[in-house]
Amino acid sequence: MDRIVVVGGSLAGVNAAEALREHGFNGELTLVSAEESLPYDRPPLSKQMLLEDMAPEKLLLKPTDWYEQNGVTVALANPARRLDSATQRVVLADDSELEYDGLVLATGSSVRELSVAHGDPRLHVLHSMEDAVRLRAEFAPGKHLVLVGGGFIGLEVAAAARAQGLDVTVIARGPAPLSRVFVGDVGQWYQGLHERNGVDVRCGSALEAIEWGVDGAVVTLKNGNVIKADIVVAGVGSTPAVEWLANSGIELSNGVACTPDLKTSLPNVVAAGDIVNWRNPIFGEQMRVEHWTNAVDQGRHAASTLLGNRDPFASVPYFWTDQFDTKMRFVGRTTGADQTNIETMTDDKLVATFGRDGVLIGAVCIGSPRQLAKYKVAIQNRTPWDEAVEASLTAAR
Amino acid sequence: MAFKVTVDLDLCQGYANCLIEAPALFDIDDDTNKAIILGGDEHDEALRNQADASVRGCPARAIVVEDL
Ligand SMILES: Cc1cc2nc3c(=O)[nH]c(=O)nc-3n(C[C@H](O)[C@H](O)[C@H](O)COP(=O)(O)OP(=O)(O)OC[C@H]3O[C@@H](n4cnc5c(N)ncnc54)[C@H](O)[C@@H]3O)c2cc1C
Ligand code: SF4
Repeated sequence: MDRIVVVGGSLAGVNAAEALREHGFNGELTLVSAEESLPYDRPPLSKQMLLEDMAPEKLLLKPTDWYEQNGVTVALANPARRLDSATQRVVLADDSELEYDGLVLATGSSVRELSVAHGDPRLHVLHSMEDAVRLRAEFAPGKHLVLVGGGFIGLEVAAAARAQGLDVTVIARGPAPLSRVFVGDVGQWYQGLHERNGVDVRCGSALEAIEWGVDGAVVTLKNGNVIKADIVVAGVGSTPAVEWLANSGIELSNGVACTPDLKTSLPNVVAAGDIVNWRNPIFGEQMRVEHWTNAVDQGRHAASTLLGNRDPFASVPYFWTDQFDTKMRFVGRTTGADQTNIETMTDDKLVATFGRDGVLIGAVCIGSPRQLAKYKVAIQNRTPWDEAVEASLTAAR
Repeated sequence: MAFKVTVDLDLCQGYANCLIEAPALFDIDDDTNKAIILGGDEHDEALRNQADASVRGCPARAIVVEDL
């Protein structure tokens, strides 16, 4: 293999490039990015970037000279527009073409649009560094921020805004925040956390319209409630950024359909990060994971697959979120969980586990980091549910 | 060759990835929510892979591994 192209200059792409060099690939290596900035880290965008004046340079994944030192040619602000798999070429926005004999797809996620906003630029979203800078610039004590969507990124924005003295309203469609991931207690625990900190959380609310005037926006809910806002932020999830692959002949299905070792349906093309839909052998389940650690690990795994490794990518997903003074860490899955065990629940601690078909599949720990490490191993080993619950009871005694 | 692990506690955000990647090398302090390094200043080569994985896995880029 002489020429490898990585499309997507973010976490998965950079880790793939780094691993390719570590595994001894010494041919041409090009990293193609849609963004103007060198690759940077996203989790701080909804945390430190909104809470303190953090210089955007601090977010860079690698120092600026790393790329040259590692022989990685970077094409910035030049998104891939098309993949021609027959001639093994990637066509970029400026019409230049890159030939490859190995290709890593790592184009990640795009923000999901809020249909009632009709693309109005006054609506904020949070996916890029520019988004964070623009949002932070509008923060001022006493302003009213309305957050549409009760997911993790949205709740982090709500917490950061509240901590800066803004009035904050969260509009969540489900019965509690985070209801896309957690049923029942965990979402309610977060609702309680936000309410104790003065956030107005409105669950079961659907949006009817947003109208902008000279002094802010008027948000109307389906139940007739009208809320005036200075800042409106939408955090209604993301979708895999695969439009550019539409006519490439690649198999798409909730992202890029991959084999267990992260190969795509096209020859010499692998994928990594948020766009990957693969069957994870630990859970025997088809999944797409939008978490930081997954992008690092899949980037590295896809690189070794391209160079001939055949191991499946078997992993226990890991995720964290910081809100107010709490840190939640989550391992495993909740999808299809048919059992929940709340081990601990107080105002500052929560430990809960999830089971499916008699096996432990997930654990959430707020506080309690050690429990997390223990549960990760237990999930990896497919511990029977009864055994996991019994062990937690014994430990508590 | 042995190696040394250090954590920049100003950068550490207590995410616990290190504890997951390298349980023999890290713990988390319950009060400060920051990483603690286990087993002193010098670690055996057998733990090198775990140590390297913790460096890559730390979202705060707070961990440094140095050869001794
Ligand atoms: C605000 C925010 C907070 C987060 N917080 C956490 C957290 O606390 N914990 C956690 O585990 N995870 C968190 N995440 C998720 C985590 O950041 C992602 O899982 C991770 O960034 C995925 O990496 P990726 O490389 O697959 O994709 P992305 O980071 O989405 O990057 C994809 C890159 O590809 C580029 N691209 C897209 N299309 C093209 C094209 N056609 N050509 C060239 N380039 C293209 C994009 O511009 C982008 O630079 C957060 C994400 C966001 C946005
Ligand atoms: S992974 Fe990094 S940030 Fe997290 S606890 Fe360990 S050293 Fe701190």
